[in-house]
Amino acid sequence: MPSIQARLSVNGRKHEVELDTRVSLLDCLREHLGLTGTKKGCDQGACGACTVLLNGERVNSCLVLAAQCADAEVTTIEGLASSEVGRAMQEAFVRNDGLQCGYCTPGQVCSAVAMLAEYEAGVPSAVGGSGLTDAEIRERLAGNLCRCGAYNGILAAVREVVQ
Amino acid sequence: MNPFSYIPATDTSSAVALAANGAKYLAGGTNLVDLMRQGIETPHELVDISRLPLADIEERPGGGLRIGALVRNTRVAADERIRERYPVLAQAILNGASPQLRNRATVGGNLMQRTRCGYFYDRHSACGRRDPGAGCDALDGFNRTHAILGTSESCVAVHPSDMCVALAALDAVVDIAGRDPVPLVDFHRLPGDTPHLETVLAPGELVTSIDLPPAQPGRSVYLKVRDRASYAFALVSVAAVVRMEAGRATGVRIALGGVAAKPWRAYEAEELLTGTSLDDEHVNRAAELALTGSRPRAHNAFKAEVARRLIRRALRGVRS
Repeated sequence: MPSIQARLSVNGRKHEVELDTRVSLLDCLREHLGLTGTKKGCDQGACGACTVLLNGERVNSCLVLAAQCADAEVTTIEGLASSEVGRAMQEAFVRNDGLQCGYCTPGQVCSAVAMLAEYEAGVPSAVGGSGLTDAEIRERLAGNLCRCGAYNGILAAVREVVQ
Repeated sequence: MNPFSYIPATDTSSAVALAANGAKYLAGGTNLVDLMRQGIETPHELVDISRLPLADIEERPGGGLRIGALVRNTRVAADERIRERYPVLAQAILNGASPQLRNRATVGGNLMQRTRCGYFYDRHSACGRRDPGAGCDALDGFNRTHAILGTSESCVAVHPSDMCVALAALDAVVDIAGRDPVPLVDFHRLPGDTPHLETVLAPGELVTSIDLPPAQPGRSVYLKVRDRASYAFALVSVAAVVRMEAGRATGVRIALGGVAAKPWRAYEAEELLTGTSLDDEHVNRAAELALTGSRPRAHNAFKAEVARRLIRRALRGVRS
């Protein structure tokens, strides 16, 4: 089987690991680096449960090949806890019941933290208008599904961090 | 997923040489990796082009813009020049996919993405797009999301892109390594009896950039109807670009999405509207004309009516 030598930095720690070329970033994190905080939902880029930050931008890690992450900086839910906004977001999710089963939560939190950075960097959304209104937050988090339907709690959590 | 070797490309010409020998281009991977996992794409070699120097948006002589094929969708939609001069393109991109996908997906990949027809994705179904000559289970299957224009008895799939609909209305041009540029409206093919031939690219050819002609003064809009408020493919969408001079429409361009295997320009409707004040009577007639010749299947007749209404709403919006 063709393999690659993947060199990537995850949550500030450098890793070098030999992988089958087919391994996704998601499976690399979970199965090879032991970072099981990132969840596998649909494995086809539809649900957002596997969202991580790749060089600072949120992506679906199931659709990224580990081979493509040479010299990349990856931040997962485990790494977010050491940033101020990451911890604030996690605590706000708990306070506002932004979850029921919790399976989508790591992806939701990663996505929400990256969303705030995107907003501050001037990345527009289809909603437009000014300010992170409820409609804006919902639109900008549309890539993260929650089958328990905890959306109102998630919205409240993000709104709390925004304020 | 079948095993494959992975080669990071160092320059465009070596990437093209590898692809000429059967390697498949990999950029953002948001469509290709999924198709490989489903066993629909089965390349034995991937050449990763994502770090080639085709990721800039540049001014063109005469006022247009050149968007490198490897510019991520988010960056196109966030670019100040695009937002000011080609707002319909930014709107279309922001109405497609999710932020995570837009961060990763490239402009070239958006052009090259494959249909989301459920029968194409299901390897147990007949699909001539996936398997040349196999027929089409969508014809008499559940075809609510399928095409009503430009269809054939071999295929009724639609092209899923929002971005390409706006590019069609903007008269964009596709630049291809080693050959003459192709107008975007001619880039994708209608199925005919060869639905597996989806674009005019020969195997191994590489899209390098998209050229936008100088923006015309006027107004534009992108409207999209889908099954939920966000993060869903278009049932029908419309991009309209109009220039009004002394109360008369001089440059009218209307493109429809979600209705055909390619972004669908409504040329006859455009012609009818040129020189008019976009009054209700002409707008209504143009909307009728745009859907003349549509051929719905069992479950998608509603698309023609949605398209007519979207065209009317778009034109009423841009005339005022």
